[in-house]
Amino acid sequence: MRPPAGIDGGAGDGGAGGAGGNRGAGDSATGDAVARGSGATDWETVVGLEVHCELKTQTKLFCCCKNAFGDEPNTNVCPVCLGLPGSLPVLNAFAVELAMRIGAALHCEVRPSSFHRKNYFYPDMPKDYQISQYDEPINVGGWLDLPDGSRVRIVRAHLEEDTGKTTHQGESGRIHAADYALVDYNRAGVPLVEIVSEPDIRSSAQARRYVTELRAVLVATGASDGRMEEGSLRVDANVSVRRAGTTAYGTRCEIKNLNSLRSLGRAIDYETARQIALLEATGVVDQETRHWDESGGRTIPLRSKEEAFDYRYFPEPDLVPLVPEAEWQARAAGSVGLLPSARRQRLVGLIGGAPSAHQVDQVDVVVAQGLDDLVVAAVAQGAPAELALVRAANELAADLDAALALDPGSFAQLLTMEAQGALTATQSKAVLAELIAAGGGDPAGIAAEKGFEALSQSSLAAVVREVVGANPEEWARFLAGEDKLAGFFTGQVMRATGGKADGKAIAAELRRLRR
Amino acid sequence: MSEPKPLGRDDVAHVARLARLSLSEAELEMFTDQLARVVDHAGDIAALDVESVPPTAHPLPVRNVLRPDEPRPGLDRDEVLAAAPDSEAGRFKVPRIVGEAP
Repeated sequence: MRPPAGIDGGAGDGGAGGAGGNRGAGDSATGDAVARGSGATDWETVVGLEVHCELKTQTKLFCCCKNAFGDEPNTNVCPVCLGLPGSLPVLNAFAVELAMRIGAALHCEVRPSSFHRKNYFYPDMPKDYQISQYDEPINVGGWLDLPDGSRVRIVRAHLEEDTGKTTHQGESGRIHAADYALVDYNRAGVPLVEIVSEPDIRSSAQARRYVTELRAVLVATGASDGRMEEGSLRVDANVSVRRAGTTAYGTRCEIKNLNSLRSLGRAIDYETARQIALLEATGVVDQETRHWDESGGRTIPLRSKEEAFDYRYFPEPDLVPLVPEAEWQARAAGSVGLLPSARRQRLVGLIGGAPSAHQVDQVDVVVAQGLDDLVVAAVAQGAPAELALVRAANELAADLDAALALDPGSFAQLLTMEAQGALTATQSKAVLAELIAAGGGDPAGIAAEKGFEALSQSSLAAVVREVVGANPEEWARFLAGEDKLAGFFTGQVMRATGGKADGKAIAAELRRLRR
Repeated sequence: MSEPKPLGRDDVAHVARLARLSLSEAELEMFTDQLARVVDHAGDIAALDVESVPPTAHPLPVRNVLRPDEPRPGLDRDEVLAAAPDSEAGRFKVPRIVGEAP
């Protein structure tokens, strides 16, 4: 998958002629504003999202093959997921459990459900059908409340199997110019829950907030690792526009290939502008499926309604109905951990007092990345809450995989050393990097190994006096009120101490001398 | 209950196209006739009073057939790929694909 590149949030640039009034809406603070067409009339964007979430199980949905990302191609395959004749699917109980946890977290009702075959010819499924839930999904109804106070209703959240991974080979690497394709079936049969929202979303910014919150919910329930970059969360967007103030829905287009929050926001903005331009010019939008072209920053048609696939759904004869007993449902609902809203409150509570805007952002990041348990545990072991939050939102989030395994005790010990002035912030971060890499350890030992003994107050004071004495001219200017020279003295002291001095301690010493 | 539309030649041609079957005119004729009779037979149920019978998702009186989430080794990759018409770099090699995954 391509990493995000370029400027975030340009909507509809050049592509949809004349209707660029909501340019950049996805990323600006005003992204909720009603989209404005080229004419005098205001338009409203209407979005419903389908989020596919890969479940964090050990095995696939219908066979005992390992569910793992990044293994050697075709090493996790068996007769069932290869669709070999005579093989029979058997449902993974834990996938059902995770689906019910998701349902509980989204306030859905668990219903008796069944599986269907969705038939199509494409080499990503060797059976030539995908097993999915059709008219009887496991979870029905529900909602997700966003931190902005809005509510998005959930239509359903059903179980289905993922497809294999095709790579198109050819000179250009593009689908249409490919000479042939290569297929890896490790992902074929991996359990998915598809979460379908009502068309309750009104802007690209809200769509991004919805996916961000949903992702955090999925991580909190233990159902997903939430890694969009690895494809464990994939989004399709149904987008339409209508005149502001009207209630009937416009004709919608389904946008596929949204692999990041950034793509999601850009695609919705582009599509909004395109549809407004079309409606103002011709009065008609064709219902079709469109593909988001990330590098081109536009959506392109995949197929029109006329050539829409006819999947010939029919009941999967090899699977019996799924009717989870009430006791199991209750157990699944009971094992849903703290949800993101409660997790955010818990972190804010640790800080004590009203959080700053920065801290609100840090809390969001820490909860979204699933690092809050670690912060809470570290604080319980004596770490200062604000420092733990900052380090988690920055240093830990930057190396998430390793950080999730970090021992909270070591983390707490390190932060306590830093707070007590035994280590500077720079030294503390260097030690933290080693702790993260090793999953924990003895911060004092690592600091000693690195030669990070903090300067005692008296030796720091001596060095500062020395530096002041060696630079009388600068010192006179500093005394006269030229505050920016504090940076000069700090740099000199740092050089003299080989970086062992703490910036804050130097500043304090300089202030003391100036008095 | 309203009378279902009788199965016609166009329906058979549509289904054949979905199943990637190419049928001659004569075959189309023959299968339309045969399939129409099969569908008619299923239509006999319309004559019955099924008001009190709940819809059946599966003929077996069995529910919740589940297995624990425990991995087991699958098939050997070389063996699997040897059975395929063609392979490359540990993957199945398939003809050029027109269009995208549904």
